[in-house]
Amino acid sequence: MGLQDYITLVFTDYTLRTITLGTALLGAICGMLGSFAVLRKQSLLGDAISHAALPGIALAFLIHGAKNSFYFLIGALVSGLLGTFWIKGITKRTHLKSDTALGLVLSLFFGFGMLLLTYIQKQENANQAGLDKYLFGQAATLMESDVWILAGVTGISLLILLFFWKEFKILLFDPEYTKTLGFNTRVIDILITTFMVLAIVLGLQTVGVVLMSAMLLAPAAAARQWTNHLWKMIVIAAVFGALSGIIGTGISATQNNLSTGPVIVLVAAVFVLFSFIFAPSRGLLFRQIRFMKNRNNLKLHKTLSVMYEIAKTHKNFKHPHKIKILNNFQGFSRKSLKKMETYQWIELNGQMWNLTDKGYHKAVNLYNQQNIQQDD
Amino acid sequence: MQEQNAIKVDDLTVAYNYKPVLWDIDLVIPEGVLMAIVGPNGAGKSTLIKSILGIIKPLAGSVKVFGKPYQKQRDKVAYVPQKGSVDWDFPTTALDVVMMGTYGSLGWIKRPGKKEKKASLEALEKVGMLPFQNRQISQLSGGQQQRIFLARALVQNASIYLMDEPFQGVDATTEKAIIQILKELRKAGKTVIVVHHDLQTVPEYFDWVTFLNVKKIATGPVKDIFNDDNLTKTYGINYKVSMQK
Repeated sequence: MGLQDYITLVFTDYTLRTITLGTALLGAICGMLGSFAVLRKQSLLGDAISHAALPGIALAFLIHGAKNSFYFLIGALVSGLLGTFWIKGITKRTHLKSDTALGLVLSLFFGFGMLLLTYIQKQENANQAGLDKYLFGQAATLMESDVWILAGVTGISLLILLFFWKEFKILLFDPEYTKTLGFNTRVIDILITTFMVLAIVLGLQTVGVVLMSAMLLAPAAAARQWTNHLWKMIVIAAVFGALSGIIGTGISATQNNLSTGPVIVLVAAVFVLFSFIFAPSRGLLFRQIRFMKNRNNLKLHKTLSVMYEIAKTHKNFKHPHKIKILNNFQGFSRKSLKKMETYQWIELNGQMWNLTDKGYHKAVNLYNQQNIQQDD
Repeated sequence: MQEQNAIKVDDLTVAYNYKPVLWDIDLVIPEGVLMAIVGPNGAGKSTLIKSILGIIKPLAGSVKVFGKPYQKQRDKVAYVPQKGSVDWDFPTTALDVVMMGTYGSLGWIKRPGKKEKKASLEALEKVGMLPFQNRQISQLSGGQQQRIFLARALVQNASIYLMDEPFQGVDATTEKAIIQILKELRKAGKTVIVVHHDLQTVPEYFDWVTFLNVKKIATGPVKDIFNDDNLTKTYGINYKVSMQK
């Protein structure tokens, strides 16, 4: 199936359209809120929240007695929030560091959740439940109502983001200072955290408990590479997230039996990898290129300053000298001399070289700069 | 209203778990002084400042700012935290950080406008950082970052400035530039309180000093109380600074 056919299919096929829309929205909201988590250095909070949601889902099933994604959502939300506040409480009231608190709550809740799951599976109506889908997610279960919920939550969190933009930004950057300005930091904190829990809980059905945190972190980590502005980072993270959803769904729909959640996460990982390497200012590739360029320049500058010292011994600085003479001072190559000629710093004439006006001025300025640096 | 107290601390005690960090501090800081808080590491200098600002909840005691509880006087107090307390790789620009100083007076939701931007640019100019306004903050040197923090506090246009080690890790040029600004603030009648480490420069920079080591050792004009006796009591070893004069 060609790309064009697939695109027509997305617009015509009801199920595919629903899933694509749902995963795109999920990716967008996760990218957006994940940016906050990454910048607050709470990257693993998402992981803990998603694991903490599991017992809530299981309990909701036990209490309600049937599979109903709305009750599951409420159950996951409650236990997810409970886990989050436990983590915050533990770090605030004990000596434990946040990574320990995260690990504790994560395994405790997840263990309890698994316990409940095995208990449920031993019951009669276990097979109908399909609760284990929440472990690894199943995008195929997305329904139109889920898409509407996702759209609603995305919209509301966008609005909240716009309203409290300034408060979010300053809290992310400098929470203590924010407090001294008279802002109730706890209110802002609870707002951010609640929306993060909401996004995670909504994503569980699609991506699953285990891979959910990657949905939060990957788009944000990738986006950070491309910009030094907070709002641009959030927009880019949302776009990366949405694209991961769309492309991931596409791949899994066209390749037989590939589970959607993992594919989406892998696509997001490709975004991360690409960004780490190819982002213009922070990417590895361009950093290496800049490094090599600087090193080459430095070599040329060193040679130029040696030439300048030699040229200075003559009244007329354009007086030609033998190339050999440079051997007494430092290594040089034909290539670097050629390069200097193309910069019009020097003129080459057989075995002789001489500085040009441009080269002379360049050398004088180099020399000045070095002097200043020495004074420092 | 002259000779009013800028800050009055009564019976302030702060403890992390069982260990007291500050013990029964009484402190009166007159308006218009440029004061250093000195003491060894772990003496509670930063904690004192943070308790005054309500960032840390004290076990006991009260803090009054111009005779009223701090909570009602927030707009009169500006804070310059330690440079190392934030992540300088945060995606934002120098100007943006300085603008944060205007958030307090704006209150919730309202965005900074032209007026706030103008004030922020003026503050940047005062600290000599105007050419760097659009620079990503991670691309600033340590001294420049400190200047940005100072500018952010200046833009608050407060009456009292509390600074946590503003000279930490800055070069001589920046240190001179910063102390110049602090002296100008005092000239304008502001009260400036600085956690300071370099004892040699205390007499040159400050007119008021507080010795702190969990308990308050002494507080008063530098010329009266900055002596070997108080230094020895605070740092526990024999100090000879008299050679300074």
